[in-house]
Amino acid sequence: MSATMSAAARPETAAAPPPVVRFQNVVKTYDEDGLKVEAIRGVSFAIPKGRFSMIVGPSGSGKTTLLNLIGCIDRPTSGALEVCGEDVGTLSDDQVTDFRSRNIAFVFQTFNLFPVLTAYENVEYPLLLLRVPSAERRARTLAMLDAVGLSDHKDHRPNQLSGGQRQRVAIARALVKHPALVLADEPTANLDTRTGAEIISLLRKVQLEQSVSFVFSTHDPQLISHAEDTFPIRDGILLEARR
Amino acid sequence: MMTFKIAFRNVLRNRRRSAMTLLAIAVGVIGIVLFGDFVRFVTAGLETNAVDKVGHLEVFRTGYFAFGAGNPAEFGIDDYASVVKAIGDDPALAGKLSVVTPVVQLAGIAGNFALDVSKTFLGTGVVPSDRDRLRLWDEHGVNRRRLLPDSGLRDSDEARGIVGVGVARVLGLCEPLKLDGCPARPKKSGPDGAALAVNLAGLAEAERPSQSPPDDDLARIDLLAATAGGAPNVVNMLVSRAEPQAARELDDNFVAMHIALAQRLLYGRGTPKATGIVVQLRRTEDLAYARQRLAQMFSERHLDLEIRDFADLQPFYKQAVGMFRAIFLFISLIMGIIVLFTIVNTMGMSVMERTTEIGTARAMGVRRVGVRRVFLLEGAILGAIGSTIGAAFAQVIGMVVNRASLTWTPPGQAAPSPLEVLTANSMGFVTLVWFAIVLAATLAALIPANRGARLEVVDALRHV
Ligand SMILES: Nc1ncnc2c1ncn2[C@@H]1O[C@H](COP(=O)(O)OP(=O)(O)O)[C@@H](O)[C@H]1O
Ligand SMILES: [Mg+2]
Repeated sequence: MSATMSAAARPETAAAPPPVVRFQNVVKTYDEDGLKVEAIRGVSFAIPKGRFSMIVGPSGSGKTTLLNLIGCIDRPTSGALEVCGEDVGTLSDDQVTDFRSRNIAFVFQTFNLFPVLTAYENVEYPLLLLRVPSAERRARTLAMLDAVGLSDHKDHRPNQLSGGQRQRVAIARALVKHPALVLADEPTANLDTRTGAEIISLLRKVQLEQSVSFVFSTHDPQLISHAEDTFPIRDGILLEARR
Repeated sequence: MMTFKIAFRNVLRNRRRSAMTLLAIAVGVIGIVLFGDFVRFVTAGLETNAVDKVGHLEVFRTGYFAFGAGNPAEFGIDDYASVVKAIGDDPALAGKLSVVTPVVQLAGIAGNFALDVSKTFLGTGVVPSDRDRLRLWDEHGVNRRRLLPDSGLRDSDEARGIVGVGVARVLGLCEPLKLDGCPARPKKSGPDGAALAVNLAGLAEAERPSQSPPDDDLARIDLLAATAGGAPNVVNMLVSRAEPQAARELDDNFVAMHIALAQRLLYGRGTPKATGIVVQLRRTEDLAYARQRLAQMFSERHLDLEIRDFADLQPFYKQAVGMFRAIFLFISLIMGIIVLFTIVNTMGMSVMERTTEIGTARAMGVRRVGVRRVFLLEGAILGAIGSTIGAAFAQVIGMVVNRASLTWTPPGQAAPSPLEVLTANSMGFVTLVWFAIVLAATLAALIPANRGARLEVVDALRHV
């Protein structure tokens, strides 16, 4: 228990920026048909701002659950959770939805692009949700597509793109709105090694340009080697963080 | 805009399923539009058929409607000409009136004493030119292709009248009136008929010398009735034509004549009255207003008059319209339910298939209401496209029907009239059906849309 406490208990110096995520005794229990599964068993830790952080653990250890909690698409069974300085547990459904729209972006393992929209429209979509004016929207969308190297494919639908290209569109879609926090649940799991490496270097590049906080879950050693912070998790319990 | 784009493209996504859905909606719309318009056509025809005979409203002396059948003469309207004039001159009704005309209803016995035959009749005395004008009423354009035969009555000839084909047959007028398909009378039988005929003939003879010399080419019958005073009276009528009536009972009893002849029969040499004043409006929609205005006018003038509308006078109209409406309602309901179920089913499958997309959108910051909106819009789009296809097909079918010059005999009408559906008059109705179906489709989509909107983000994302 002391190991898990240490990350949160670490004293913050005046110079250190406040963490982007802070967990305090968070428990998440799934209750399916009366069968209780304790996926997260009381974790307290903080993820620093503007870093490449990774939650690492074997399958079933609770990575996805933890990431869902950070992404505010799931609520803790107990404990307090602060994201981007906001106590998200107190927000209503619509408030938390709008909070996600402004602050959080997801990159999914299965890309999850909208199949009826072109690459351009997929990237533009988060800006529409934020009611960004059309000229600015267009400029930012095109710039983002350019940054991920897909300017030539902007009018393609997802089914006309390769897996790597789809994940690039997904990354562009995540980053176009300048979120405070980008979450990716095993982003390279559905890609071959070479494409995975390309995606990782792309993410690194973008992260250096925008001061975004990245939080990934993974057990891909190739990805882990790029981590600035690592949060190992086993059976719903966080082990000592490595920095 | 984006919502619309997403909704529209998703409609196109599963083409086969969308096509089946659109087909179901279109078939529903075709059914509702065609049958509904047929009902509209029939209703307009029935209304026209009633209004071009009895007008919209008829004014009676109070009590006539309930008791007048016993002795119409007793319930005559005194000084009816001034009432007719007052109605015609009323500024509140200016421009709304088509015809205001007095009528006399009577019953009696008609005899053709040359052949020793007689029968009871129900007669009407009319102003011939007014009757002609009544018959021209065609607000709904259902009689555009109908040619009105010469009524056979003349303002200038008070002795003329017309009879139902049944009356003509019984009175042995088939030959003189040159009627087709009208069997000649078998030789008459017992002496009883002869005795009665002789009696009536005696009365008739007494009347005859006072008449102007008859046209020799027209058949002549004698009409016997009780006067207002209760005495028997007889007049001569020259039968210029036999006019078929829709209902057999009416056809066998119908006699129409110049109002002056009817008045002479009912009132003899006393003051002529009218038993009713027929008011025909230009437009049926003014009926309630005109009725209320007339009631007000009569009470202001202390006139002991009551007002009935054509539905009161022709109960058949109400029954027939009621029946057609009920069938229409039933068909619409069935079609509506089919549309509803199809949409619920299609959209339900859509929500299932797109669960991951719903989860993704919600994670990205789309509120529940945004999810609901997309699916509602999809329902509306399916409804709109399906309705448009259906309305267009119905229009084509309507054009084919109209080109085919089909005729049909509406209930309560003697002659067949052209069948016309989906004419310019129907556009309002078609538009209404269009909107109703789009609304139904949208409401049907609400059920699956809510199911999609209620999904929890993590559950939706976990869905494979
Ligand atoms: N919706 C759920 N209902 C019940 N149990 C769940 C649910 N989601 C995850 N779990 C369980 O919680 C534990 C953690 O799962 P998860 O967070 O998906 O781990 P990981 O992403 O590391 O594979 C596992 O034991 C898993 O079976
Ligand atoms: Mg997982």
